[in-house]
Amino acid sequence: MAGAQQTLIKAVLWLLLAAPALWLAAEIWRLDPYRVGALGADPQLAVTRWLGEWGLRILLATLALSSVARLRRRPGWIRYRRLLGLFAFAYLSAHLIAYSALLAGFDLAQVGADLLDRPYITAGFVGWLLLLPLAVTSTRGWQRSLGPAWRTLHRLSYPALVLGLLHLVWLTKDGYFEVVLYTLAAFALFWERWRSRRR
Amino acid sequence: MSHFIHNPAGRAIREEPAASITPRSVYVARRQFMRAGLACAAGVSAFGAGAATDWASAKSERDEPVTPSELAFQYNNFYEFGTGKDDPAKNAHRLTTAPWQVTVSGAAERTGTFELDDLLAGCAVVERIYRLRCVEAWSMVIPWRGVALGELLGKLKPTADARYVRFKTLYRPKEMVGQKALFSTIDWPYVEGLRLDEARHPLTLLATGMYDEDLPKQNGAPLRLVVPWKYGFKSIKSIVAIEFLREQPKTTWELQNAREYGFYANVNPAVSHPRWSQATERRLTGGLFSRNRIDTLPFNGYAGQVASLYEGMDLRRHF
Repeated sequence: MAGAQQTLIKAVLWLLLAAPALWLAAEIWRLDPYRVGALGADPQLAVTRWLGEWGLRILLATLALSSVARLRRRPGWIRYRRLLGLFAFAYLSAHLIAYSALLAGFDLAQVGADLLDRPYITAGFVGWLLLLPLAVTSTRGWQRSLGPAWRTLHRLSYPALVLGLLHLVWLTKDGYFEVVLYTLAAFALFWERWRSRRR
Repeated sequence: MSHFIHNPAGRAIREEPAASITPRSVYVARRQFMRAGLACAAGVSAFGAGAATDWASAKSERDEPVTPSELAFQYNNFYEFGTGKDDPAKNAHRLTTAPWQVTVSGAAERTGTFELDDLLAGCAVVERIYRLRCVEAWSMVIPWRGVALGELLGKLKPTADARYVRFKTLYRPKEMVGQKALFSTIDWPYVEGLRLDEARHPLTLLATGMYDEDLPKQNGAPLRLVVPWKYGFKSIKSIVAIEFLREQPKTTWELQNAREYGFYANVNPAVSHPRWSQATERRLTGGLFSRNRIDTLPFNGYAGQVASLYEGMDLRRHF
């Protein structure tokens, strides 16, 4: 019974997490420069932004799941964390590919120059790099073989989140609503962790 | 399009007397008739060649196709209506643009508050196809209608004291929802400025229309500046004040972040914005996979006409 319930929850989570990507696919399918749709007049930027924003939101949700599980004393909820984390990584990887392909036009020299010269791109890329080993070691096998080091390693998600926020702050010209919202959320999550470790 | 001639200065241009004898409705109907005829002659069905494809065959003097109007009407940086690119198209309908008054003040012989029509009366209506290069490294090609700012200045007669012109956008938070945004750091109203010789340059337009239509509200109705060799933020929208000054005015983005946005803001591929390169730009097509990254040209391709304005100036310092 518990197994069936877990499968159902996982299926629902899959759908929820995939929804932004499915919506995006539908809008890309419907693109027409003479009938500007939800992706606006600059779909290259819109697609890149959409993937990045959802990646950041799901990363926040991943960290929030641990906090909520602790606060509600439901350690079993942790079993859904890998799904969230991998979706965050998938969105952020797609974001990186969209930037390289659509915005930089697959011009690797341009991507390289951006990485070196543009602090917000450097921050975003390093944040993604930090998530890479976490995605690789997300399997149960890696978890077992790394032992206690696995937990330490996966704390890399904190600096990754900070770099992601920095990336967003630095590319924002004005209108800081989202920046403020996500930063407050990140502070709340870090505060909860600090508190739970003190006890 | 046949009635756009390329004058010796190299710009697509079509000029008509201000009080155009042909009423606009007749004129538009005639154009559509001509277009349908052309389409038939080319063996293409005229069906569907309505407003949407109006400008599909028009080109700039560099043979660049005009951007579909739908893109220009729905992708705007007009923070008075929100910071999202689609916010202005959603929110600008609240703006009242008639009546519209413009206050002229400072070092000029003819100052005061004018109804828009009175202000522009007697100025020749011109049409120009210009590249618009945003500081964010995207660009469009847009057909404008308006008057040469220089011609208006001739009527306002700035005095010898006038060395700069300052423009202000309307401040009306009740209608411009972005002006009361909680997480904005901009000090409204939006202010822009030009040196007097820049303002007098024949390329500088005060636009009242685009794509054969009156300016849509999200594009800066009813009166906006168009300075094609400068980054788009210089082309201030929904203007209510023109002031003649002796000293160089501080402009909105300069006040917001002087390290990133200068007073001159001439399009310059050699001077990077601190956060991104200005060497290239994306010419928006509305498509996702178009290979649309192109080299940015000095002065946005108008160096031949305007570079002499800046002779002897260090454009890295005066960016």
